[in-house]
Amino acid sequence: MDLLYDTLFNGLAIGSVLVLAALGLAVVFGLMGVINMAHGELMMLGAYTTFVVQNLFKNGPLQGIFPLYILVAIPLAFLVSGLAGLLLEKTVIRRLYGRPLETLLATWGVSLILQQFVRSVSSAFVIGLLVAVALGLVAPRLLPRPWGQRRWAPVLGVATWVIAGLVGIALASGLGGVRVLDQPWFSARNIDVTAPVWLRGSVDLGAVNMPTARLFIIALTALALVAVHWFLQKSVWGIRIRAVTQNRSMSDCLGIPTETVDALTFLVGSGLAGVAGVAVTLLGSVGPNLGGNYIVDCFMVVVLGGVGKLLGTVVAALGIGVLSYVIGSGSLLLVWPAMPAGLNELITFFATTSMAKVLVFALVVVFLQFRPAGLFPQKGRMVEA
Amino acid sequence: MAKWRTWLPWLLLVAAGLILPAILPPFRLNLLGRFLSLGIVALGIDLIWGFTGMLSLGQGIFFALGGYAVGMHLQLLALPPGELPEFFGLYGVKALPAFWQPFHSPLFTGLCIWVLPALVAGVLGYLVFRNRIKGVYFSILTQAALLVFFNFFNGQQKLINGTNGLKTDTARIFGELVGSDAMQRNLFWLTLVLVVAAWALCRWITRGRFGDALIAIRDDEPRLRFTGYNPTAYKTLVFAIAGAMAGVSGALYTVQSGIVSPQYMAVPFSIEMVIWVAVGGRGTLIGAVLGAVLINYAKSLVSEQLPETWLFIQGGLFLLVVTALPDGLVGWWRQGGPRQIQAMVGWPPLAPTYPGLDLDPAVQAEREALGSIPGGAP
Amino acid sequence: MTVSASTPVLELRQVSVSFDGFLALNDLNLSLAPGELRAVIGPNGAGKTTFLDVITGKVRPTKGDVVFRGRSLLGIAEHRIARLGIGRKFQTPRVYQNLTPRRNLELAVKGSHAPFSLLFGGLDSRQRDRVQQLLAVVGLEAHASQRAGSLSHGQKQWLEIAMLLAQDPYVLLVDEPVAGLSEEETERTGALLRSLAGDHTVLVIEHDMDFIRELDCPVTVLHEGHVLCEGPMDAVQSDPRVIEVYLGVEDSGVEDSGVEADA
Repeated sequence: MDLLYDTLFNGLAIGSVLVLAALGLAVVFGLMGVINMAHGELMMLGAYTTFVVQNLFKNGPLQGIFPLYILVAIPLAFLVSGLAGLLLEKTVIRRLYGRPLETLLATWGVSLILQQFVRSVSSAFVIGLLVAVALGLVAPRLLPRPWGQRRWAPVLGVATWVIAGLVGIALASGLGGVRVLDQPWFSARNIDVTAPVWLRGSVDLGAVNMPTARLFIIALTALALVAVHWFLQKSVWGIRIRAVTQNRSMSDCLGIPTETVDALTFLVGSGLAGVAGVAVTLLGSVGPNLGGNYIVDCFMVVVLGGVGKLLGTVVAALGIGVLSYVIGSGSLLLVWPAMPAGLNELITFFATTSMAKVLVFALVVVFLQFRPAGLFPQKGRMVEA
Repeated sequence: MAKWRTWLPWLLLVAAGLILPAILPPFRLNLLGRFLSLGIVALGIDLIWGFTGMLSLGQGIFFALGGYAVGMHLQLLALPPGELPEFFGLYGVKALPAFWQPFHSPLFTGLCIWVLPALVAGVLGYLVFRNRIKGVYFSILTQAALLVFFNFFNGQQKLINGTNGLKTDTARIFGELVGSDAMQRNLFWLTLVLVVAAWALCRWITRGRFGDALIAIRDDEPRLRFTGYNPTAYKTLVFAIAGAMAGVSGALYTVQSGIVSPQYMAVPFSIEMVIWVAVGGRGTLIGAVLGAVLINYAKSLVSEQLPETWLFIQGGLFLLVVTALPDGLVGWWRQGGPRQIQAMVGWPPLAPTYPGLDLDPAVQAEREALGSIPGGAP
Repeated sequence: MTVSASTPVLELRQVSVSFDGFLALNDLNLSLAPGELRAVIGPNGAGKTTFLDVITGKVRPTKGDVVFRGRSLLGIAEHRIARLGIGRKFQTPRVYQNLTPRRNLELAVKGSHAPFSLLFGGLDSRQRDRVQQLLAVVGLEAHASQRAGSLSHGQKQWLEIAMLLAQDPYVLLVDEPVAGLSEEETERTGALLRSLAGDHTVLVIEHDMDFIRELDCPVTVLHEGHVLCEGPMDAVQSDPRVIEVYLGVEDSGVEDSGVEADA
């Protein structure tokens, strides 16, 4: 019996990371209909933010309050990922509203860039990048104004950016000669975040041993859920967001700044990804590929849960999490040792993490045969229109 | 005047097929052969995405299935009778698993390369389309299916050697080592012929009313349903065809790269396939092949010189194509892109006649009735 | 007004549709005689579009039955209902924008719509003639090889009507055929629909009262999901209940028909 609780607890912990990861996606996809394939990379940014914060607290004046770094990391990760998401929305996604497949491809491109960015980012790289962007933005103002009216203005625009880019690359590779500047910040290796002492222990509840880090993740997830629910249901901006989701043009007419609402929604969704990133660092080492491990799972959660319902996301994530853990750990064999040989063989066959995923995803697809709109479909007559 | 336009591309193609093997070093020729074979899977994606509007992120499944079919056959072919492929020994497998048995037969393998992926695609597609799951949901589900297959193949050492995959270049076909230069040249020719055949098949499919129905599904599926069509049947069929093409592509790619592994089902690879089509120009067919060859060639060049920049370039390409070149290179070319640039930099091309007159549909209809006038409409 | 004694070609029996408790159709009864031309009017939200959705199989009724030529249509897929002989024109013209009008019609023309017959078989001469003839009927011959997306709104409306005719259905369900058309085009559309009645059963949903009057046919008024009254246009227009639902009860002012509320 204890084993059962133990299994359930671990499944719950894994599920709640999934809830946290899928929550932001559910907000962005459910409310805006935007498929953000870079969501996993926004999580990764959150994880790396945690890493940076930890290093800041390790030495120097903040050393005394090192155990509290994680509490600083959470809002900071929210901010970093949120701002990255905001930038993404302003530059790319905004141009692609109403074209979900194109959005999917473009955000995938962004995810590749972000992955490589954390691998190769160094001081020289950042300086080169900043100079290139600054040059590209400033150059048009330095050129004679009438040129902007000429018919070759678009060619000029492209050319300035190309030149700015080349200058940036040249600068970066020039500075790369300086050893201090060339040092990659993170490199392609995985990074490890040391959990503060108070998260390293465990709590015994009955005979079940609960690692504090996992309890912390569950608590963080619950907090995030409450916050998101409150934000969407009670706050003024939450109500505006929902209004825009239901009827964009009407909202426009009523004076709701729909563009700001889009940006805000995206910021919140991306910020949640950052918070999920913090949680992931507590489970083990993380690397640039972190996003790829989560993105498909997150999308399965959103599809299974039904779009536009937070409850669906929670139930689906916990369901997938618990089921994956139960199957993957082979706990069923321990709970019921006397099962028939055939069944035993079958369960052993799927008793690895990756094979459990095979079975769980297959089950999800079977489930969608009966409920194509997911667990909690959005009802009403406008759905198919 | 119009005649040379029709046969010139074919002449160039035959010339390329004859000349390239002579002038390219074996390594480069092999690369080109591989990239061309990727053109076939790209053609399939063009069929389902460019024409039918279904963005599959799981073509790697069918690609790898074709590859595994040929890989298993060649593994068995390389053996003295009665022995097992070497890797089985590592995992303590004593008898050949039953599903390996039929792959002794070259005929079965030849069928399996395309029939098996087509069947899998057909079943998967039917289950999804039946429920009217489309758009991004379809994309997500195909990606999930891809991950399922990847995990399965990756985890099953005892059945198909898991992560390590199957090597193919030690087998002999007609007494010739698969990895040898002469064999690779033959495979290059085979690939070239099959790419052309695949292109012709796609062209035949998309030209007539069937192709119109596909476009109608892409643009307004419910409308087509109310006209008495069953889109599920069309989508299932075309998804199966694309699956078969992916299988052939995977088989060709496998024999030319010497290995098939679960990496063929990696999530990023299947999305890359989509971007080949997007760069080349979706809905143009030839663009798919062009995109596959160009991007992979660029990738191999960049990876040789500056491997760490490739992801930046690739990510940039995704963004560029989606935002600035939605119809890809071929689409841009056909829509007069070069002329626009020419006009911008100072030498506006001369319009053939008064444009208002030229665009008038009544005039065009009349012109068509009179028989085509050379040098007129594009 | 004539009441046909023959069995109805299409009959809705006590149909109710509920969306989450909201009754879009409420105990709706309606029958169409073969060859009849019928107009359906009703204020916004009366359930006109849902009513077409139920007939064409897009929405399954919560209660009641839809009978077409003696067989129930419940649970039959949309494309099969279309093949049985019910054609539908949508409110906003829905033609395949990226195909030419000719190809639009070639897709719609009566014949097998199975994938393999499209793949391996061509159009026979009768079907080709029919397409050509329909292009002439709707005046699109000169535009036959141009993208349908570049046609004007009126031309698209007509193209969609032609597609409907190409299907050669028993029953034509026409949703707002003259929305956005010029006066002359409206007149021609009316004439076209009138000429179709007799061979086909035609049901027209429209807001344009002058157009309905021009059709000179029995009118059914829908309100809140059920039939308010039926009869010739003049009788319907003078019916106090109809006036009430369109203009509101005397005191409460204008509700549905205008935008005067809220300036």
